[in-house]
Amino acid sequence: MADLRTVFAGIKSPNPFWLASAPPTDKEYNVRRAFQAGWGGVVWKTLGEDPPVVNLSSRYGALGFEGRRLIGLNNIELISDRPLATNIAEIKRVKREFPDRAVIVSLMVPCEEDKWKAILPIVEETGADGIELNFGCPHGMSERNMGAAVGQVPEYVEMVTRWCKQNTRMPVIVKLTPNVTNILMPARAARAGGADAVSLINTIQSVIGVDLDAMAPMPVVGGKGTHGGYCGPAVKPIALRMIGEIARDPTMAGIPISGIGGISNWRDSAEFLAMGAGSLQVCTAAMHYGFRIVEDMIDGLSNWMDGKGYARLDDVTGRAVSRFVPWNQLNMKFRTIADIDQDACIGCGLCHIACEDTSHQAISKRNGPDRRHYEVIDDECVGCNLCAHVCPVDDCITMVPQPVDGELTWPEHPSNPHRITA
Amino acid sequence: MGTRFDIACGRLPEAVLDLNFADAHPGLSHEQAALEADRCFYCYDAPCVEACPTGIDIPRFIKAIASDNLAGASRTILQSNILGGSCARVCPTEILCEQKCVHTAIEANHAVRIGALQRFATDWQMNQTAHPFQREKSTGRRVAVVGAGPAGLACAHRLAMHGHDVTIFDRHDAPGGLNQYGVAAYKLADNFAQKEIDFLMSIGGIRFQGGAVLGQTVTLADLRQSYHAVFLGIGLSGVRALGFENECVEGVLDAVAFIETLRSSTLSEVPVGRRVVVIGGGNTAVDAAVQAKRLGAEEVTLVYRRGAEHMSATPVEREWAQTNGVTVRFWASPLHLLTDQGAVQGIRFARGAPEGGYDPQDSFTLEADMVLKAIGQVFVPDPIQNDQILVENGRIVVDANGRTSMPGVYAGGDCTAGEDLTVAAVRDGRDAAEAIHTELMTTSVEKDANNG
Repeated sequence: MADLRTVFAGIKSPNPFWLASAPPTDKEYNVRRAFQAGWGGVVWKTLGEDPPVVNLSSRYGALGFEGRRLIGLNNIELISDRPLATNIAEIKRVKREFPDRAVIVSLMVPCEEDKWKAILPIVEETGADGIELNFGCPHGMSERNMGAAVGQVPEYVEMVTRWCKQNTRMPVIVKLTPNVTNILMPARAARAGGADAVSLINTIQSVIGVDLDAMAPMPVVGGKGTHGGYCGPAVKPIALRMIGEIARDPTMAGIPISGIGGISNWRDSAEFLAMGAGSLQVCTAAMHYGFRIVEDMIDGLSNWMDGKGYARLDDVTGRAVSRFVPWNQLNMKFRTIADIDQDACIGCGLCHIACEDTSHQAISKRNGPDRRHYEVIDDECVGCNLCAHVCPVDDCITMVPQPVDGELTWPEHPSNPHRITA
Repeated sequence: MGTRFDIACGRLPEAVLDLNFADAHPGLSHEQAALEADRCFYCYDAPCVEACPTGIDIPRFIKAIASDNLAGASRTILQSNILGGSCARVCPTEILCEQKCVHTAIEANHAVRIGALQRFATDWQMNQTAHPFQREKSTGRRVAVVGAGPAGLACAHRLAMHGHDVTIFDRHDAPGGLNQYGVAAYKLADNFAQKEIDFLMSIGGIRFQGGAVLGQTVTLADLRQSYHAVFLGIGLSGVRALGFENECVEGVLDAVAFIETLRSSTLSEVPVGRRVVVIGGGNTAVDAAVQAKRLGAEEVTLVYRRGAEHMSATPVEREWAQTNGVTVRFWASPLHLLTDQGAVQGIRFARGAPEGGYDPQDSFTLEADMVLKAIGQVFVPDPIQNDQILVENGRIVVDANGRTSMPGVYAGGDCTAGEDLTVAAVRDGRDAAEAIHTELMTTSVEKDANNG
C-alpha cells in the first residue's frame, strides 16, 4: 500500500488532497465534514479585514459539453464574507480537533505592510499550519487593488511575500494567478520574497457564457453580468503547463508546488504530481459531487502507485518534469502512424471525416456489405493523433511508433536556416 | 368443447379501455430527449440513414435536438418524410435505422432511440402553428392521387409544395389509409393520424374526395382525361382466405376488417370474442391479437404456420404480443373450422412445416368464439384491369421513379413491389411526386417553347 503521507513546505497531512480556498472551506461546518470524509487538508477560504466583504446573489456560471455538466465553472464570489473573529475561532476549533490534518489559511488584505503585520499574529494564534497568500482572485477584489492586482505585478508579489515572511513563523505559500503572460515572473518574485512554496493556478478571467434572452453575460445579476474566475476540468491543461514551467525552471528548483486546476480524480492527481506538484488542491469536483469524491482519489492514486511500484509521493512528484521540454528539443525523426483495429471498429466514420476534411486525407473509406470499412493510408499519415482522439471506441485506433533512426532536433535540422553547424 | 357463442362489446369498463388503447410508448420528455440525443456519435455517412427508406438525415436531426434546435430537427425529418411523426410511431426501427446504429456494435440492443427522438422532434412541430414548408406559386397543373394512405399523402404533399393542385380520391370517408384504419390504435394514439393529415394538408393545394371507389365511382381513364398526371397508391385491398367452405360463418373475420372496425368505432362498441384465435405471423396478426386482448378477450392465441424466426412481425412485435398475454404457437396450420349453428366454435390445427407438410393425424384444437385471419393481404387489380397497366407477381410494375407502363400514371406504396412498410410507401409517394413534377415542368417548358 503506497504511503500517501505528505510533507509540503513543512506542512504535514495524511494525504496530498487538500480542499482549495473556496466556498467548500468557508466555515467550520463544511471543513469538519471534509475532514470526516477523508480530506488531508484544507486551505481555509480567504480571510480579509473587517468589515467583511459583501457577496452577491447569483454567483456561479457553468460550462457543459454534450450532456456533461460543469466541465468548467466560473464564479464571481469574493473572499469570506464573515467577520474575521468568527473565522479565527472556527479555524482554531477545527485544527484542535483534527491535529493530523493540514489547515492552511488563505489571506488577502490591502497592500500595506501594517495590514499584513496586523493579521498574521491573529492567524498564527489559531495553530494553523501555514498561510496562502491570495494573489490570484481575478474579480471584485482585484478592482480594489488586491488579489490578481497584486499577483500580476512581480514587484508587489515579492514585497508582500517578504512582509509575511518577516512577520510570521508559519510557512508561506504564494498562490499565483494564471492571468499573466509568463507565470515564471510572479513565481520567481515569490521565491525572491522568500516564499516557502507556490500554489497554482488560481482561476482564469472568463465570461462563461451569454444569456441570450437577457442579453447579458452569465451569471446574470439583476440584468447585468461581469467577468468571473474560471476553474474546473476544462482548465487542467492550463494548470499542468504552468506547473511544469515552474517545476523545470532552474531558478525555481526545489520549491514545493501545490497543484490546483480541475483535478477531478486520481488520474488527474497523478498527472499533477508527475508535473511537479507536491500537494493537490481540489474545488470544483467537490462542489459538483460532494466531499465523498476524495475516497476514490485516495484509493485510485494508491492503487496506481502500487501498480507502478511507487512507494511514496516523492517517487511520483516531478517524475515527468525532465521530459517536459521546449518544442525544439523534440526528436524530429520520431514517427507514429495510426492503426485501426478492424474488429473493434464500429463504422462511425468520425476518423475518416476528421482526417478527410481537416487533416491529411490519410483514412480511406469503403462501403462494405455489412459496414463501412476505414483504413489508414500509412504513407499519408503524419501521426497527428486526431483520428485516435475522435474515435468513440476505446483503443480502437492506436498510434504505433515506428522504428527511429537516431535523433535530430530542430536546432540541427537541415531545414532550419539558423541551424547549429559543427 | 363449449357450446357458448360468446362475442360481445364492452368487456371492459370504458376507463380501462381508454387506458389499454392509450399511447403504447409515450413520448420522451425534454430531459430524456437531450440525454438520448447526446448518445449519438454523429456518424459520418451514417449507416442509420442508409437503413431508412426515406433517407432522413438522422445524425443531423439528432444533433439539432442536442442543441435544442427543434425547428431544425423536425424540418430535417419532414423534408425527407412528411409522415415522420407516424413513422416514428409505427416503423419497426429495430430492423431499420436502429438496427444499423453503430452503438449496437458496442452493445447489442443499445441503439440510440432514433424513433423516439424522431417522435420528440415531430411532436414539437405538431404543436406549432406555422407549417415548416411553403407552397410554391401555383403551376396550374392538376394531379389526381388515388388512395389517401401514406404513399398518396406523401405524394400529394410534395406535389402541392411544388405548386401543383392535387385531388386525393379514397374509398373511405376520411384520409389516412392504413394509418387511419389499419394500424393498432395504441401505436397512433390521441387521434395522431388525423392530426398529422391536418398538418400535412395545411400546406394548401390539396383537396380530399372521399367515397371514391376506383373502377366504380371513378375510373383511371376519367382521371387521365381531367388531370395532368395520376398517382396510384391503392394499397392491398384483398385479404387471403383460409380456403374452407364454411369460412363465412359468424365469428370468422379478416383481421384487417377487425382492426378497421376498431379504429372507426367507439372502443366500447367493438365486438370481440371471449376466446380469440388469430392466424398469421405478420404485424397485422400481432396488432389484431393484442388489440383483441386489450378489448377484453380472455384468451388470445396467435398461431403461425412456421417458426418465430420466420415471422414477418419483428421479434419486438412478437414480444409485445407475448407481454400482452397473447399465447403464440408455432409450426401449425389450420385444418378445419369447428362450427355450430352458423357460428364458429373452434379451429383445428395440424402440426408440421410448409416444407415437410402438416400432418392431419398430429393435430390440436383451439376453442374459439372469434377467429381472425391475418394470413396476408393481396393486391386486387380489378379497378385498373381495363387500363392495361402492367402487373407482375401481383403488384403494379413501376420504374425507379414510380412510372407505370402507362404514360402519365405513377404508382407507389404497397400496390407496387417492395417492402410493405409505411416508411417505404412515403418514399415511393415522395419520389413519384418529384418525377411527376419534373415531367410536368418539362412539358410546360416544351409547350412554352412551341408556343414561342
